[in-house]
Amino acid sequence: MEGARQHIKPTPHRPRGGGICENQWMDLSPPDALDETATQPLLICEHCDTVHRRGPLAKGEVAECARCGAVLERCRGMGANALLALILTALVVFVQATLWPIVTLGLNGQYVDATLWDVIHTMWLDHSQVVAVLAALTLFVFPLCKIFMLGWLLLYARSGRRAPGFRRLMVALHHLGPWTMSEVFVLGALVSIVKAHLYFDVLPDPGIYAYAGLMLLITLFAGVDLTRLWDETRGESP
Amino acid sequence: MSQEAMSRHLPRAAELGLIGCHVCGQVCRAVDADGDIQACPRCGSTLHRRKPAAYTRTWALLIAGFLMYIPANVLPIMRTASLGDIDDNTILSGVVELWVKGSPGLAVIVFCASIMVPMLKFLALGTLLISCRSGSNWARRQRAKLYRLVELVGYWSMLDVFVVALLTALVRFGYFSLVEPLPGVVFFGLTVVLTMFASMCFDPRLIWDGKEDSDD
Repeated sequence: MEGARQHIKPTPHRPRGGGICENQWMDLSPPDALDETATQPLLICEHCDTVHRRGPLAKGEVAECARCGAVLERCRGMGANALLALILTALVVFVQATLWPIVTLGLNGQYVDATLWDVIHTMWLDHSQVVAVLAALTLFVFPLCKIFMLGWLLLYARSGRRAPGFRRLMVALHHLGPWTMSEVFVLGALVSIVKAHLYFDVLPDPGIYAYAGLMLLITLFAGVDLTRLWDETRGESP
Repeated sequence: MSQEAMSRHLPRAAELGLIGCHVCGQVCRAVDADGDIQACPRCGSTLHRRKPAAYTRTWALLIAGFLMYIPANVLPIMRTASLGDIDDNTILSGVVELWVKGSPGLAVIVFCASIMVPMLKFLALGTLLISCRSGSNWARRQRAKLYRLVELVGYWSMLDVFVVALLTALVRFGYFSLVEPLPGVVFFGLTVVLTMFASMCFDPRLIWDGKEDSDD
């Protein structure tokens, strides 16, 4: 039987072989006896259950599963400090995107503008409460929770510590997963503007610029592998 | 050696008596001294080899999503009223209008998000459910990739829901022009949420269970 194969690909697709001896996994100490703070020697692909030996990753490298091709882990180029700075920027931009009007429509000298909350409020009044709740959760509550939770975790992670509530927050962040949809809303705003432009004067408001900034930040964050925080921090995790 | 042949010998967690935590990725021993499956020592989540009742839950949510998808497409999602002239739009007619009057590029994006992505989800998850149940070893890598695609693009279907919401909030010119949401948009929103839950309930590890790849 062959041992778990390490299969690391640097970002452009050239496989860079890991010279790993066969059957090495047999010599490992029982995984449940692992010191929680030590770096785990093994990695299980969450998409196909294949066991891999963990290899060191250089900045920007991505480890892919040899069986199914899913991403096992990625090494982000940014440290906790840089991520915290980005999160704080995201908070500022998010507050602006939420409070400021997004666009103004004009017709015969009459002008109407709308903020995110106007959007949610009108849907609630217009018998589409389901949509109002969905929008409030995915565009306001969840993104805000994500920003605060990440900010809190990173504040401590800067010095390699675990924030109070680390364990619960990490689990909560995992479950938030795809339920933050600000980037979809930005595209939606774009489509709305094009549609409205047929009949009305469209004037961009500061909110749309804030959303554009938020979209950039979300893209930057898409490449961040948060599970690494488990390995990069030490200490109590109540 | 081909990828397929190489992957044949890779050990899987179940063979080694290990379980990977779904939430934090911690590698754990499958059973403790009493033979019970325990909670993850690192994050405290319940451990399981495969997501519980993956087939039943995914089928149920997928069928529910499909049932919502029918009224979502048949019923209009938005009413535009201007100077007493009332125009009801379905998802498809919205795309057509965008194509004809606005920008074809954007129409393609909306078409992908509102029509292709939901259809992709129904077809892809249906295929995965049926092929995994029979333990088929057909095109495993491609099916794994298909599942990851569904996970990646799934939530972009909310696009049309947000468009209707934003236009409703913006177009409030009384008698001159007014936009109202119609029931179709609620059904569409529910379709997106249900299919997102469906793809979360499915366990991609099932693709690799069942028949071993043939040895030759």
